[in-house]
Amino acid sequence: MKKWTELVPGAVVLEAGSSAKFKTGSWRTFRPEWLQENCIQCLMCWLYCPDMAVKVADGKMTGFDYDYCKGCGVCAKECPGKQGKKAIIMKPEGK
Amino acid sequence: METRELLKWSAQVKLREKSKQEGRLEHGHRMCAGCGAPTVVKMVLMATEYPVVLSNATGCLEVSTCIQEFTAWKTPWIHTAFENAAATLAGVETMYRALLKKGKMPENVKFIAFGGDGGTYDIGLQSLSGAMERGHDMLYVCYDNGAYMNTGIQRSSATPLGADTTTSPAGSANPAGKLQQRKDLTRIMADHGIYAAQASPSHWLDLMNKVKKAHSIKGAKFLNIIAPCNRGWRTATDNSIELSRLAVETCYWPLYEIEDGKLKVTVTPEEKKPVDLFFKPQGRFKHLYSPENEGVLEKIQAQIDKTWERLLKESEGPC
Amino acid sequence: MGKVVAVTGNEAVANALRQADPDVCSLYPITPQTDIVQRFSSFVANGVVQTELLNAESEHSAMSAAIGASAAGGRVVTATSSQGLALMWEMLHIASGMNLPIVMPLVNRALSAPLNIHGDHSDGMGARDTGWVQLWSESAQEAYDNTIMAFRVAEHADIRLPVMVCMDGFIVSHSIARMEYLGDEEVKNFIGPYQTVNPLLDMEHPKSFGPLILTDLYHEYKRLQHEIMGRVKNVVLQVSDEFEKLSGRKYGLFESYRLDDADIALVILNSAAGTSKDVVDELRDKGIKAGLLKPRLFRPFPYEEIGKALKHLKAVCVMDRADSFGGYGPMFMEISSAMYQADGNGKRPKLINKIYGLGGRDYMPSDARQVLLELNEIAGGAPVTAVKEYIGVRE
Ligand code: SF4
Ligand code: SF4
Repeated sequence: MKKWTELVPGAVVLEAGSSAKFKTGSWRTFRPEWLQENCIQCLMCWLYCPDMAVKVADGKMTGFDYDYCKGCGVCAKECPGKQGKKAIIMKPEGK
Repeated sequence: METRELLKWSAQVKLREKSKQEGRLEHGHRMCAGCGAPTVVKMVLMATEYPVVLSNATGCLEVSTCIQEFTAWKTPWIHTAFENAAATLAGVETMYRALLKKGKMPENVKFIAFGGDGGTYDIGLQSLSGAMERGHDMLYVCYDNGAYMNTGIQRSSATPLGADTTTSPAGSANPAGKLQQRKDLTRIMADHGIYAAQASPSHWLDLMNKVKKAHSIKGAKFLNIIAPCNRGWRTATDNSIELSRLAVETCYWPLYEIEDGKLKVTVTPEEKKPVDLFFKPQGRFKHLYSPENEGVLEKIQAQIDKTWERLLKESEGPC
Repeated sequence: MGKVVAVTGNEAVANALRQADPDVCSLYPITPQTDIVQRFSSFVANGVVQTELLNAESEHSAMSAAIGASAAGGRVVTATSSQGLALMWEMLHIASGMNLPIVMPLVNRALSAPLNIHGDHSDGMGARDTGWVQLWSESAQEAYDNTIMAFRVAEHADIRLPVMVCMDGFIVSHSIARMEYLGDEEVKNFIGPYQTVNPLLDMEHPKSFGPLILTDLYHEYKRLQHEIMGRVKNVVLQVSDEFEKLSGRKYGLFESYRLDDADIALVILNSAAGTSKDVVDELRDKGIKAGLLKPRLFRPFPYEEIGKALKHLKAVCVMDRADSFGGYGPMFMEISSAMYQADGNGKRPKLINKIYGLGGRDYMPSDARQVLLELNEIAGGAPVTAVKEYIGVRE
């Protein structure tokens, strides 16, 4: 922890996006798993995820960022999947 | 939601292109798992294709996104107190105009304030009204989860009739929970003569279009966005988008906009669903299904029907 | 160059604000301050200043907007009185906690209830713990000078703190007095251009203002605030020195009047000090060694310096134009603290406290005379019958 002499007057936070240093993945009790074969790349998971924990590269979903995913299950619930088959399923953490 | 429809929306907002851009809300924030608010914020910012300065009322969003040396914001952001996100941002925007005049700032910087319903409908209403009346070039976004969630689910004037909160609990002397209707804030804001609209994260094309339209208008704008809170609504963590969708489909949360005093319903559900479908998955309405509360749900349904009919009528223009 | 005029305190202060050329002025009317923001509004309307006006819908919002504007990165002013300051209370702490150099004239007025629009110091004294620097002024001239110096103090790189400039409602704000303006260019050069520190509107380097700070850091932030407040005294002295070179008018942390060889003295703020000085002279003519100390910088309070200035006296009366109900008057508490710490070789003056002039009640030379004569008796060995007492009150 910082000493008072090391603080920025006015408590201004100078480093934008520094929350990335705070990993929220440990909050998870369920983890989303991606079944690529059912994925239609609609990006709904990416759009709805409250935690910016769906990884995309070049406009495509590539998996989850488990450092931040809190395991809420919104992505799995909203995933349309292919012909009724979900591309995301939730599994209990640690199994 | 039909997949085909989703893909159509996605093409319209160029979602794939947007996914390649850097977001302005970073992970590592501490909102509860499955909270609706960060998704709302993300969508609003995604639709904001300008440099943007934000202000935030005290509340869940504020305490969870900027704590100690950790900030989730990647664009200028200021929080001062609870009731004054609008006044604070009005000050920032005024300084921007002063500096712009002196050539010290670039053109086209946008200003957005975020507040929860407590900070907007209740304690912040005066500050909001003042800022809107003065016509600051800013967009105020209320993320409405229908109670003071940050302090532990106390009723606000946005809490729906019948909801059980920690300060409007359903008990043996009053089995019904909250006894009053919600304040119709969107209409109140529209009566400031500004662009005012309601949106839902489930209907994100509509939401993003409204944000875009708001930014295209010079002056004050107000957007009221439903943001389910799974703790306060007592529902599963994966339910936020589904519930916001049901809120729209039951016409509990009608999607409309008011521009130049003219109201337009922007989304008409294909089939208007009974409010029961929206209430049933939420623990805060559980008591309404017990015998002491016979007739309450019907009363709520009747109210929703009446409001929806009125909206449709107004939307067609005066007869 | 300087120009001698006959103006009210409000007009003088409005002109100081004009000469400081702020970027933003957020305002809300309240008697007796209204006149300042009215005058400033007409400066804006007539293109005399380039300032952007923000007509807030309350003082709470006026201060909130001032904070937003100041954090954004520019010079910001507002002004208030009484209830307005009370409504701002929450935001006053936030302005100082965020280290924002806002300058705010405070035209002192009584607090309700009962409602009263006239001058006393209840408003400013109530704000003493808000982390603002407070400069108090006896006259239109002092209010004007203090306002100009306030910008230099507030914006000084070592501190960056909001400054409140206090003057008495009606007695100074609405009375026409002779005073001297500095030239616009002189003031402009004296204050200098606004220097930003971590401006919110730096779009290239996004910053977050107003984080939640938990138990493991809050205490450290307050320690830092304490440290910064501790630097104010030197800055005020340095700025006052420079101001003397410009104007010929000398200011310190407080004013001593015939104090060096005095046996008894009054400690009294603002306009009532003027009346009291006349009575001090009168008693001196009668061979009574009276003196006076008029504080100027009330926050931070210069305990050591004031302790030194008063420790040789036999008896001192601290005059308070505000009451801390259930306690002594607020100024008395400060002076008592100063005297307790002052090294007087085991000796310190007897202290008494008089509450005077609340809600604009006139303070007459007879009041000063009565108090000084009582002090003279105490100095001569008479016992102190009451430490705190109201004067000028119908019994
Ligand atoms: S489970 Fe929740 S937090 Fe995790 S990726 Fe899915 S939506 Fe995001
Ligand atoms: S929501 Fe489902 S189908 Fe769409 S991109 Fe994500 S995983 Fe693929």
